[in-house]
Amino acid sequence: MAAIFSPAANLAAKLGLIGAAGLVLGGMSWWWLWPRTDYVRHNSWFVEQPVPFSHQHHVAGLGIDCRFCHTTVETAGDAGMPPTYTCMTCHSQVWTNAAMLAPVRESLANNTPIPWRRVTDLPDYVYFNHKIHIAKGVGCESCHGTMQDMPLSQKARSLTMGFCLNCHRDPAPNLRPPEAIYDTDWQRTPDTPSPAALAQQYHVGGRTLTDCSICHR
Amino acid sequence: MTPFDPVALPGSNNPDMTDHVSGIALRANAFGWWRIATVLPAALTSGLIGSILYLFFAGVGIWGIDWPVAWGFAIINYVWWIAIASGGTFISALFFLTRSEWRNSINRIAESMTLFGAACAGIYPILHLGRPWFFYWLFPYPNTMDLWPQFRSPLLWDFFAILTYVTSSVMFWYLGLLPDLATLRDRAPTRGKQVVYGVMALGFRGTSSQWRHYRVLYGVLAAIMAPLVCSVHSIVGLDFAGAATVGWHSTMYPPFFIFGAFLSGFATVLLLIIPMRRLLRLERYITGRHLDVMGRLLLTSSLFVGYAYIMDAFNTYYGGEKAEITMFQEKLFGYYAGIYWATVLFNVLLPQLLWFAAIRLNELVVALVSIGVIVGMWCERFTIVVVSLHRPRLPSAYGLYHATIWDWLTMLGTVGFFVFGILLVVRLIPVISMFEMREILAPRRP
Repeated sequence: MAAIFSPAANLAAKLGLIGAAGLVLGGMSWWWLWPRTDYVRHNSWFVEQPVPFSHQHHVAGLGIDCRFCHTTVETAGDAGMPPTYTCMTCHSQVWTNAAMLAPVRESLANNTPIPWRRVTDLPDYVYFNHKIHIAKGVGCESCHGTMQDMPLSQKARSLTMGFCLNCHRDPAPNLRPPEAIYDTDWQRTPDTPSPAALAQQYHVGGRTLTDCSICHR
Repeated sequence: MTPFDPVALPGSNNPDMTDHVSGIALRANAFGWWRIATVLPAALTSGLIGSILYLFFAGVGIWGIDWPVAWGFAIINYVWWIAIASGGTFISALFFLTRSEWRNSINRIAESMTLFGAACAGIYPILHLGRPWFFYWLFPYPNTMDLWPQFRSPLLWDFFAILTYVTSSVMFWYLGLLPDLATLRDRAPTRGKQVVYGVMALGFRGTSSQWRHYRVLYGVLAAIMAPLVCSVHSIVGLDFAGAATVGWHSTMYPPFFIFGAFLSGFATVLLLIIPMRRLLRLERYITGRHLDVMGRLLLTSSLFVGYAYIMDAFNTYYGGEKAEITMFQEKLFGYYAGIYWATVLFNVLLPQLLWFAAIRLNELVVALVSIGVIVGMWCERFTIVVVSLHRPRLPSAYGLYHATIWDWLTMLGTVGFFVFGILLVVRLIPVISMFEMREILAPRRP
């Protein structure tokens, strides 16, 4: 009886097996690595805005405090986006004819808000409260990165659940003294109180910050 | 036909058996009855696919589940199917280890039953999830959420057990097929069949070293599979017992579920071999001895299940817990009482007929008893799931459950899928394990 398969079939079978193993391994690696890429997390992505607002210019250059625009960050869950009036505090006097600022002037004239687009966006099933984080000594920079270096705002952290839990599991090392909360350049110095001391000062601890209901309500 | 028939009728021999069995798989055209028999299962399978697609589109709201009965047909059918599957493994693995000769001719069909039963079962938990596209969250993998599944929950271990069981069943089934696929390859009448069976046989040529490895591997897999039946079904029992729900929170559940698995598995094997031995002219290899043994096993497991029912009642009234007694009374006399009594009738009372040897050999009665057991086991699962949930501890939470058309379509769809799968096995691969039959038959024609 003639052979059903030629000797090449052996090679084909082996290649097939190696290929299948490669597919499985490759698939698993892809499954593991893909969600962690900056691409998927939109890390360092710029978001198209109606006006190309530069935090670098306003914060580092002019020294405006975060709270001048994000007024409710200490008192509400939402940090608050500035109304057009806030922009006009200065821009009714400076750069009044700049083409770049036309949408701001239109917004004021038509009494319609500027449709800013969120850069650091959490899923809707996550309850995030700015007030409590500020009150307990978490700096803006911990989640938003060095805003004062950004000519255009970009997402600075992965904001995966793992990122949140990393701090919720052990908050103390991420706490800073009250005067450093809005300082995006702040570094721990020898004079800084220890993480444990800060945690005690802010009354952090004694409550399980990793309970589901802390963030998912 | 007598209970004392040999496992193959006198005059049986290897060449005749191989000709006959491989001839069935290698037929150029399907049997007429096969074509007719596939129509309904194929239609039901299409219905299954349709109802699953609609479920994915519309969500679990299309089913009858709601508070307080949030576990409905999906869980009932899951447990029902996995029980049916387990019985097949019991025959193919445990009775391999005991070297029971009667197993050789019904082992292939029992394993195929396991395969498709487990496939039907495996569909349901995923559909039941509500967000089925996240089913892989059950698996502990390093995810960006930094979350692990709840290792203390039996539901997670259920996932592992089922996954292990399905994987091992597929491997065991396929490994058992290899020598027979090689036979089909060697006998294939057309080039196409030669290549297909040749690829599937994975180069099995029957050399002595291949056989040596083969036997070791088969023995090891059988030794793994036999305890897996118990682990998989204990875990299914623990899914219920782990909850503080009325009627579920009992240490009896794991063994109770294993008893049920044997009962429904043996019944399904009987229901498959009875028509098959006639339609495929296998009376020579599936004899009175097989029917007798299977009948005895069915009767024995029925007695086990009956014992579990009695203990269920005893524990309830001996325990004296108010909510348990309320629920149990409801089970006996309430809205769903008919289903409970059907369970007792079909699972315990009817199989008592099998005490008589004449009845064990009466194919029609045995088939009817088997159908009864399969229906009865479904009723048992319905009672466990629905009756317990519809009478929780708080009277304010009492409620009723009614299945919808989508529940029924999905359920009948899996029945169709199961039958369709078995029919495909009948058409495409040897329904009797030829290489194992060769161990007990005469080597040559007389």
